[in-house]
Amino acid sequence: MKSSETILKCHKIIGGYGEGEALVSHEPICFYLTDPKTGVVREKGHELAGKNLAGKVLVFPSGKASSVVQIDGLFKLASHNVAPKAMIVKDVETVLVVSAFMVKVPLVDRLERDPFEAIQTGDFVKVDAEKGTVTIKRQ
Amino acid sequence: MHLMKEEERILKGECGEGTQKAMELLVAIGDAYDAEKMIPISRAHAASSGQEGDLYFVELLANGGARCKVPTSTNPVYDIEYFDDLFDFIPKDEAEVARRVMEAYKRVGAILSWSCVPYLAENIPLYGEIVAFSESSATPYVNSVIGARTNREAAQSALAAGVVGKTPKYGLHIKENRKGTHLIKVEAALKDEFDYTLLGYYVGKQIGYGIPVFTGVTRQPSTEELINFCAMSNVSGAISMFYIPGFTIEAKTVKEAFQGDTPVDEITVTDRELKQACEELQTISGKIDFVMLGCPHYTLKQVEEVARLLDGKKIHDGVSFWVCTSATTKMLAERTGYVDIIERAGGHVVVDTCIDEPCWIAYKNKVGMTDSPKCAYYRRFKDVIVSRLQDCIEAAIKGKCE
Repeated sequence: MKSSETILKCHKIIGGYGEGEALVSHEPICFYLTDPKTGVVREKGHELAGKNLAGKVLVFPSGKASSVVQIDGLFKLASHNVAPKAMIVKDVETVLVVSAFMVKVPLVDRLERDPFEAIQTGDFVKVDAEKGTVTIKRQ
Repeated sequence: MHLMKEEERILKGECGEGTQKAMELLVAIGDAYDAEKMIPISRAHAASSGQEGDLYFVELLANGGARCKVPTSTNPVYDIEYFDDLFDFIPKDEAEVARRVMEAYKRVGAILSWSCVPYLAENIPLYGEIVAFSESSATPYVNSVIGARTNREAAQSALAAGVVGKTPKYGLHIKENRKGTHLIKVEAALKDEFDYTLLGYYVGKQIGYGIPVFTGVTRQPSTEELINFCAMSNVSGAISMFYIPGFTIEAKTVKEAFQGDTPVDEITVTDRELKQACEELQTISGKIDFVMLGCPHYTLKQVEEVARLLDGKKIHDGVSFWVCTSATTKMLAERTGYVDIIERAGGHVVVDTCIDEPCWIAYKNKVGMTDSPKCAYYRRFKDVIVSRLQDCIEAAIKGKCE
């Protein structure tokens, strides 16, 4: 099978490097509504319900929910080693920055193309926040 | 973001590792919002919560030798000694997290207020002050009622700002971002504190994120009514600021609140919408095991009201009765005689404690009653009925909600 590679520029918020399979959510994400031990999304009716965030490059529009639960949610995932490897978002807010900072997961926004057009679930994605690049390999 | 020499030095670690970590977080937030620079703050409020994430960050700063540069108050965790004496089954690991959190906030030199309404007594901003206040009722109260300026902070970003004494200039620190978004026409009577609770719940749910501007409010809302509105609009939504022209301070007119722009939407609130919101919250009736008041922490006036309603009465044997408040308020309530009346009726007045803490594990499978939808929202309990204070007191005496 032919595979193609695309490199896109992005804006670094939390630095670092992370790679993995992309998991795309068109709905905002609340990390508290996942299983802290496995990374499986437990939020009823969410498009990612039943999917696993662990080790993925998570592509989503924004965070949601109160600061305490959001930050504690991602923190619990990270302490069980099931947090995403990197996060690509459209609209960032203070709480999401704090969440990513606490667990040292690279967080980027302002992809030069719409991330929901450029990335599909299952693509292999490398996020180099320091260089400001996202590399997408379709498999 | 442009950093001044001194800020660069902090970021390089020349002022200690703890302050460096605080600065790193503030720079990340500044970069996320393309803030041009940092601005000094005069006070902060960290919504400490006694959770593991809270512990990690405050210990990171404390162990790195950081100290708060400006007055920085703290949110409730729980009164460890009080609950240890009452219950011997609070999970040891969770109690240990709470203990370490409280100790670490002391080490960073925070004001140990353990109150979610610090803007009433322990840490009060003035009009126009630039501050960093986290906590759902604190952010909108400070912006709207007091007219100080704060973003919707997380506990960690507020603590970092308190340690560095600065915050990135973005969001609600910029005047045009403080513009009203939604026009809310109030046609409901808004008789009491609970009506403001319902108004907050309804408006938060309707608009989600936004800055509502109210018309049709016919009298000055009380402190307690405003606190309830602030807290509840951040349970169902995310309201960091609002205007009631004529009563809140920052804009004299509706036009000024919208900065001359047109609202993105208009919503009318009548008694019918409030009644609907109330019905949504009152899901069950029957026997209750506990009553929990003081989410957000009760003011002295509210503690007085509880004492008045309980004076000479006896709480039902099968019901535990709790009033959560700040240490400052309890001291005054003790001195004034309210605590005595409540305790004689069989109730507890407890300080430093939030509804969402492991100390309440005794009620995990119990049915309770409260006047606060926020208390019900945390879901630490089997079921929680939300109703007016008078109904809660009546149910506490009878042992059931009818």
